[in-house]
Amino acid sequence: MTRKQRRLVLIGSGLGVLAVAVALMLNAFRDSIVFFNSPSDVVEKHAGPGTRMRIGGLVKDGSVVRANNLAVRFEVTDGKSDIPVSYQGVLPDLFREGQGVVAEGSLDHGGVFNADTILAKHDEKYMPKEVADALKKSGHWGDDYARKGASAEVEKK
Amino acid sequence: MIPELGHYALMLALGLALIQGTMPIVGARTNDPVLMSIAVPTALAHFAFVAIAFGALTVSYVTSDFSVLNVFQNSNSAMPLIYRFSSVWGNHEGSMMLWVSILALFGALVAAFGTNLPAALKAYALGVQAWIAAAFHLFILITSNPFLRIADAPPEGQDLNPILQDPGLAFHPPMLYLGYVGFSIVFSFAIGALLEGRIDAAWARWVRPWVLGAWMCLTLGIAGGSYWAYYELGWGGFWFWDPVENASLMPWLAGTALLHSAVVMEKRGALKVWTILLAILTFSLSLIGTFLVRSGVLTSVHAFATDPTRGIFILAILVLFIGGALALYAWRAPLLKQGGLFAPISREGALVFNNLFLTSACATVFVGTLYPLALESLTGDKISVGPPFFNSTFGPLFIPLILVMPFGPLLGWKRGDLLGAAQRLLGAAVLAVVGVAAAYALERGGPVLAPFGVGVALFVMAGAVTDIAERTMVLRIPFVAAIRRAVGLPRSAWGTAFAHFGIGMTLLGIVGATAWGSERIIEIKPGGNVELAHYRLTFDGLFNRPGPNYSDVVGRFTVRRNGEPVGTMEPTRRTFPARNEATTEAALMTRGASQLYLSLGDPQPDGSVALRLYYKPFVLMIWLGAGVMFFGGGLSLSDRRLRVGAPRPARARAAMAAAAAQPAE
Repeated sequence: MTRKQRRLVLIGSGLGVLAVAVALMLNAFRDSIVFFNSPSDVVEKHAGPGTRMRIGGLVKDGSVVRANNLAVRFEVTDGKSDIPVSYQGVLPDLFREGQGVVAEGSLDHGGVFNADTILAKHDEKYMPKEVADALKKSGHWGDDYARKGASAEVEKK
Repeated sequence: MIPELGHYALMLALGLALIQGTMPIVGARTNDPVLMSIAVPTALAHFAFVAIAFGALTVSYVTSDFSVLNVFQNSNSAMPLIYRFSSVWGNHEGSMMLWVSILALFGALVAAFGTNLPAALKAYALGVQAWIAAAFHLFILITSNPFLRIADAPPEGQDLNPILQDPGLAFHPPMLYLGYVGFSIVFSFAIGALLEGRIDAAWARWVRPWVLGAWMCLTLGIAGGSYWAYYELGWGGFWFWDPVENASLMPWLAGTALLHSAVVMEKRGALKVWTILLAILTFSLSLIGTFLVRSGVLTSVHAFATDPTRGIFILAILVLFIGGALALYAWRAPLLKQGGLFAPISREGALVFNNLFLTSACATVFVGTLYPLALESLTGDKISVGPPFFNSTFGPLFIPLILVMPFGPLLGWKRGDLLGAAQRLLGAAVLAVVGVAAAYALERGGPVLAPFGVGVALFVMAGAVTDIAERTMVLRIPFVAAIRRAVGLPRSAWGTAFAHFGIGMTLLGIVGATAWGSERIIEIKPGGNVELAHYRLTFDGLFNRPGPNYSDVVGRFTVRRNGEPVGTMEPTRRTFPARNEATTEAALMTRGASQLYLSLGDPQPDGSVALRLYYKPFVLMIWLGAGVMFFGGGLSLSDRRLRVGAPRPARARAAMAAAAAQPAE
């Protein structure tokens, strides 16, 4: 083989592997992407039952009901709309009423969100970015968090 | 006084970095040896001043000086000494200080030990390293100053994020940064070589030890972080495809590719253009990782706080360095001369295969990590790209890579004998098939493909052993002669075999823990029993145990196997009053390479408690494999031919012959 042919083989195989990678990614994007919605989005978009998604907001005060066998029901709110959520399992350490939460699962026919994953991967200084954005959008961005940010600013000066 | 000293030292370090970034480069351009020689003392002094600044911050933390805002926000006098020490980098400002300290350290190491480097390359590389340092010094001083004071010092600090109060914090970030930031020196060498316009096989020889060192630290850092997440988060998972994890995996993948392409460049003078590009890309991915983690565009336990100016500042650094480097590359790379020829089936060909698949796999991780950010900024849609995406893109690209891995070292340079290599790997293949059959026979249930995963892992491990067996000719020549050959083998050959063996171990651990692990989530009352895998656990009850800055609720479980007690396990819920937060401290019991894993949930009003139980077969292999990879890298690094100070082939060969005759070297 000449130098030119060898280089063509090299470039060709490189493009081949890249094409495989792109095909795999496009395929995966079709199947395994999960959209994030706030409770208001769910209500407005009339999301159909069975579609996998994430919802995020605050755990509504007084809405957590525990039942047998680690089953738990609560409502996720963004101040405008509430979505009932049911979950079975151990809740994360930081799950609390009035705190931010992200749930992954799908709606059933009765409008209850069946979550198989509950995320509360945040400490008290901040909440999941999606939740903060959703709250800001609905105009219920709590003063509590805003005030904490402000006081930190004052301390810095 | 001490924080001011640190602040001042940091500003002086910025000044030194500016000198180090200009004088030697001017010297290299004008061929002025005096100006070039400035690089070494300024690099050493620069590191000294950064070390003083870092030391001052450390002293403030250890002595709990709460008049320093950063210490007040992230420390507490009740914390044990180790956490007061490691909380220096348990926050944004401090971790950036660690970042620049390691950056300066690598510059100083090159200055101190790179005595055999050509003066111009050394001047250029240290100059570029200083530019990076200057940019990050400015970032710290302008947006993230850890030395700010509070007028009225509060009596007590706000405590460190409880999840970070763990020995893992003392180990994981420094190790990770040594790897992550270590690639900066490789980047500097690449830019230096492009500026100088001379890139040859010798360049690869000078750079390889640095690539190898950074790669070793990154390997251990990622593995350490994975084990930490495994036991601390209480979910029993070891890898979550979290964007922050991906941020460290991408430089690892690119760095692994670089490690292999640098071998081709050193030995055969080929792939020069590609190797330089990889050197630039690897550190660019480190910078992108820093941006992802530090800018607050992602929220995770690593994003300590969000401040938009920081994000924009890092983004500017990113654009400047990556854009500048790639522009320089586009301008200079076409001038490089062609390297040696090789047939597609050859050692070089195998290493090209490795590079193609590693970089493609890296690209899928890159797209999966950044696509949600891009989509959100373009359309406002929020999506999450989770494990299913990566499993169906990264996995299919990694499996062929691993399958071809054992062939590489058995192929000759320039033109290899594929059939011969396949014949030599026959034993490994037979072992793999036996492994697949055994896995099918022993384990019912689990995914259908899992036994094949075991087969692939065994093939790689046996392939690594085959490589050594072929080189030492063991079983073919008298045993003593084989031992002599083994001692005489270059350590880099041993290094390759160990690192590849480690990959097989890690794969085996991943397959075992995900395919045949069992999991139960139950509510249990004191006196209750639960069975998992071959074990029976009895819940003896809950009790309280005070700690220095926390209090524990401990559940005690007695573990029995076939009726025989094998030990007790004490999963804990830990409450930190300073922040009113709780963490789960999982209990682990190691049985061989497998682990039992208990994690306690909320105690219920009726005295019962929620409990997660996992049985993870072979799970420890995941991290042991990384340890073996690290060891292999260390062996390679200790190879005489690679030693930083003395790459003199003729003498090294003579020394090796001496070493072969005299095993107690």
